[in-house]
Amino acid sequence: MAQVFKPAANTIAKLAVFGGAFFLALAVWSLNEFNRSQYMTRTKVAREQPVPFSHKHHNAELGIDCRYCHTSVETSAFAGIPPTQTCMNCHSQIWKDSPMLEPVRASFASNRSLEWVRVHDLPDFVYFNHSIHIHKGIGCVSCHGRVDQMNLTWQQSPLQMEWCLNCHRNPAAAVRPREEVFNMAWKAENQEELGARLVKAYNIESRDDCSVCHR
Amino acid sequence: MRALRFALLIVAVLLASACRQDMHDAPRYEPLEYSVFFDDHRAARPAVENTVSRSAFGESPLLLQARRDGRFVKVFPFEIDEAVIRRGQERYNIYCSPCHARTGLGDGMIVRRGYPQPPSFHDQRLKEAAPGYFFHVITNGFGVMPSYAAQVPLRDRWAITAYIRALQLSRSTQVSSLDSSEKSKIGKGDVREPKAGHGGHGNNAGHGESGEASHG
Repeated sequence: MAQVFKPAANTIAKLAVFGGAFFLALAVWSLNEFNRSQYMTRTKVAREQPVPFSHKHHNAELGIDCRYCHTSVETSAFAGIPPTQTCMNCHSQIWKDSPMLEPVRASFASNRSLEWVRVHDLPDFVYFNHSIHIHKGIGCVSCHGRVDQMNLTWQQSPLQMEWCLNCHRNPAAAVRPREEVFNMAWKAENQEELGARLVKAYNIESRDDCSVCHR
Repeated sequence: MRALRFALLIVAVLLASACRQDMHDAPRYEPLEYSVFFDDHRAARPAVENTVSRSAFGESPLLLQARRDGRFVKVFPFEIDEAVIRRGQERYNIYCSPCHARTGLGDGMIVRRGYPQPPSFHDQRLKEAAPGYFFHVITNGFGVMPSYAAQVPLRDRWAITAYIRALQLSRSTQVSSLDSSEKSKIGKGDVREPKAGHGGHGNNAGHGESGEASHG
């Protein structure tokens, strides 16, 4: 009977032992990377909307405050998507014949809602409340990025648990004076010093137990 | 064969991890979510006609009254202190300044872009108008101005009215009529205006309080 194992089998056996560990590590690593990838988080991809609404134009160029449309952001969990009426406050008079705004006029005339595509969608097992974050001095820009520079809106932050925890474990790195929450361009001169002071002043507890968000 | 099986395993693991599981999207509505159940596809149901807002319960009925005995009320339904005026300033700058401008002159950014111009708050007619009149216009709209009842809650409407009064006062006050401690504040600008989220407001931000008094 001929030899079952050729001399090359030695190499193959060694490869299998050491290479196996390598491949396992590679698999775990790529899984991790994949889960955090832009493809998975869908960050920085502008969503297609029924009307190509520009935050840059309305906020940065015209100077309309976030809260003009997102009226409930200071008082409720949900920031609020404006009803068509809010668009028509101005667009009944301005750009009133623009074809781009036809869906807005159609919605207003027919009393049917505009169907905006949700950009930020947290999993349903997470509790999130806008008002408390604003009240504790977390600026819009900290999570949403420079929305005031976005022509079409995209999601800036991954919204993954490690991202939430980064800030919950060290709120001093993000907290700002309450007056500057809606100021998209504001930057602290010395965040370390200011953050430590504001965390005390605003009674911010660094809470990262499960039930803070998974309630 | 072995390599193939391994590759298949990796693909299977990746696929499993890429699945959004049911708990991500529980069978409940998020605010304003699309609904297949209702004809108009609104999960957020429109209020039934004549619905009374719960937030108005327990509030003084005076808050709701722009008129009494057919005339616009001349008094505020609650005490106006500095905090109320500051609140009014903040809300004015958010909801009113796009058209009325931070100065109250009525040449805000939206007007500059073609919206019909509202009258200046510094016109004699509006300086003499009762607080109830401003509350009434914010609540119900006037001319091309739509109602702001949905965007501005009751108390804020009165706070804005109080701030408009302060704006009017700031524009019609002669510097010579101020005492020296007030004079010394001019130009120093305790202007704690809430900075809206951006660089350029076209309409010179809230220096109405002090700077403009120097006409005299």
